Amino acid sequence: MKLEVGYIPIRDIQFGPTSKVDGNVLYVNQDELSRLLLQDEAIESVALDIARPGESVRITPVKDVIEPRVKVHGGGGIFPGWCAKVDTVGSGRTNVLKGAAVVTAGKIVGFQEGIIDMSGEGARYTPFSTLNNLVLVVEPKQGLAQHAYEKTLRLAGLKAAEYLGKLAADIEAEEVHTYETLSLLEGVRAYPDLPRVGYVLMLQSQGLLHDTYVYGVDAKQIIPTLISPTELMDGAIISGNCVSACDKNTTYHHLNNPVVQDLFAEHGKTLNFVGVIITNENVFLADKMRSSDRTAELCGYLSLDGAIISQEGFGNPDTDLIMNCRKIEAKGIKTVIITDEYAGQDGASQSLADADEAADAVVTGGNANEVIHLPAMERIIGSIDAVDHIAGGWSGSLNEDGTITAELQVITGATNELGFNTLSAR
Amino acid sequence: MKQIKVVHYLNQFFAQIGGEEKADIPPESKSGPVGPGMAFKGAFGDAAEIVATVACGDSYFNENPDVALAAILDMIASFEPDIVVCGPAFNAGRYGVACGAVATGVREKLNIPAITGMYVENPGVDLYKQSVHIVSTKDNAAGMRDAVALMVPLALKLARGEEIGTSAEEGYIPMGIRKNFFDKKRGSRRAVDMLLKKMAGEPYETEFPMPDFDRVVPNPAVKDISKAKIALVTSGGIVPKGNPDRIESSSASKYGKYDLEGIRDLDAQTYETAHGGYDPVYANEDADRVLPVDILREFEKEGKIGSLSRYFYSTVGNGTAVASAKKYARAIGEELVADGVDAVILTST
Repeated sequence: MKLEVGYIPIRDIQFGPTSKVDGNVLYVNQDELSRLLLQDEAIESVALDIARPGESVRITPVKDVIEPRVKVHGGGGIFPGWCAKVDTVGSGRTNVLKGAAVVTAGKIVGFQEGIIDMSGEGARYTPFSTLNNLVLVVEPKQGLAQHAYEKTLRLAGLKAAEYLGKLAADIEAEEVHTYETLSLLEGVRAYPDLPRVGYVLMLQSQGLLHDTYVYGVDAKQIIPTLISPTELMDGAIISGNCVSACDKNTTYHHLNNPVVQDLFAEHGKTLNFVGVIITNENVFLADKMRSSDRTAELCGYLSLDGAIISQEGFGNPDTDLIMNCRKIEAKGIKTVIITDEYAGQDGASQSLADADEAADAVVTGGNANEVIHLPAMERIIGSIDAVDHIAGGWSGSLNEDGTITAELQVITGATNELGFNTLSAR
Repeated sequence: MKQIKVVHYLNQFFAQIGGEEKADIPPESKSGPVGPGMAFKGAFGDAAEIVATVACGDSYFNENPDVALAAILDMIASFEPDIVVCGPAFNAGRYGVACGAVATGVREKLNIPAITGMYVENPGVDLYKQSVHIVSTKDNAAGMRDAVALMVPLALKLARGEEIGTSAEEGYIPMGIRKNFFDKKRGSRRAVDMLLKKMAGEPYETEFPMPDFDRVVPNPAVKDISKAKIALVTSGGIVPKGNPDRIESSSASKYGKYDLEGIRDLDAQTYETAHGGYDPVYANEDADRVLPVDILREFEKEGKIGSLSRYFYSTVGNGTAVASAKKYARAIGEELVADGVDAVILTST
């Protein structure tokens, strides 16, 4: 499977009479986009806003971040199973509005959404402070249940990203990256001397608003399987969950999976990147055992020499992470796991909920309990009143002057377990 | 900037007094640098001056630790240093223990910053790594130049009261306290690099060494449950409506104790969950789903259990540090024992 990804750099977003990309500016017709989103009868109102890098802006409560992309050719459409039919994606040509994102905001649960600061201390921790963000604040019809609200907001974000992505269909890209995964046999022939490396991508599937979707299928219901890394770049996997903001893999993360990118960077040079195994993080023990068994079996079947295992969330999924690691290592396959830590505010407590001596190569995204101080912002997009209740906040986190003292947990994407950031801990 | 005053602590060997035959000499001091102090003097340049060197025999220190330490601290205090540098001791065990003890004593008793250096397997490391910065060195004196290169900048920062970076950045042995920092490469790239090394059989350093887990062995079964007083304890966050103690949705800083006197059933009007790690809809509809008061009341009435204890205890397990959980468990456990509770049903989510 071979995919060309064309980057069209976006350096600003403006509202205007016609939605279009002109140079490096993305213009958005507010009325047209709002009307499109309001076709969903569950939505009472949509407010569109723009947050740019360096501005004194705080976006909260953030649910998801999505990058606008469009399928130029090669079959299927972006976000298969949602915005397109379920045809296989990952081949041909895809264009990306690089530097732009759709951010969805709304108080769904009240404590599982996050904060994106566009400047100040908080901006250092979230990768989304570097993007030009079109923010959708979606208010549901009265009485809409939380899980229905989640779905509504999820679809609104995907639709808006698809709407913007289409503006890039006929624009010449400034940069084109080509990614190719060979079939099993071709790979063996092409790189007979390179170590065979796979990527085990664990998808959040604890259920009850902790869900991820693959081609429209709830990942709770999948048996671990193989997927081409380029399928991720076309939105085959999307986020549908409300977990602690810091280690949630947003749809943006899935589209730009850093492990996939960095394995491709070494592909054919120091290693042979064989493919991606997706597995889940279900809460029942039988599911954990079945999924980790299947994952290890697939690694063995692919004759891997090494595997990188990434996680989403913490606590309960730590057990899935360790089971995967232990079972894959038991097959003689070397592993590196990527996780984050909950070592307490003082950093002195045990970091993970499970451990095993087989997990002797760990990359950490940092201690999510570490306390940070966020300055007041001139403008709030969304609503600030959830701050005391979100995971990582406490009664009094939001001070009267608008400053916030809270755990790093509250920042969207701060301790990402795909290794998206440079943050680490010792 | 004012020149920093340094006192250097050495054993009899590095202080050029003698070898093992002089290991029983009591503490003594000299002005200025001695032996390895010359290498430190060169590296400090104009920023700091070694005003004195205090030396003690390794055997003397380890055979008379209290007397020796008191005498050494008195000598050090008399020079009024801004920082005390001990060793480095490399892999010399008695010397390492002495360096760790002196550095810790200086920090804790004299309130003056101190630093030492050792090989990671020196017994002094396990004893003192949590109380003082120990720079990681080679296992013998051939590593002196490298040790000095790490110890001098760290000593200057400590003396000036500047913020100290993580162990990975500054080169000291991790003190058991996790601290965030921005690395040079993103995590995924670090993972790929680590895997390439691991597959090639080359040395690599994990960013988080696995801890030793304490496993809790379950108690033997209750002999006669129909006579037992049962208590309910949950990490599922069930609290009276409005969360009166404001237990946090994640990383809870407290637990709550609530009265069940006269309550037969938890309902949506009076109870809810404070937990931020799961969809609260079903727990808020009927909190008995997490804290089964209704069933236990039935069992109590039918004589299947002796009684339900008057109070239940609740906290939020979501993202809560193990150290906090242990603290709450100890306090709750003491109250349960005092209340004559025979068995506890622990519910999680």
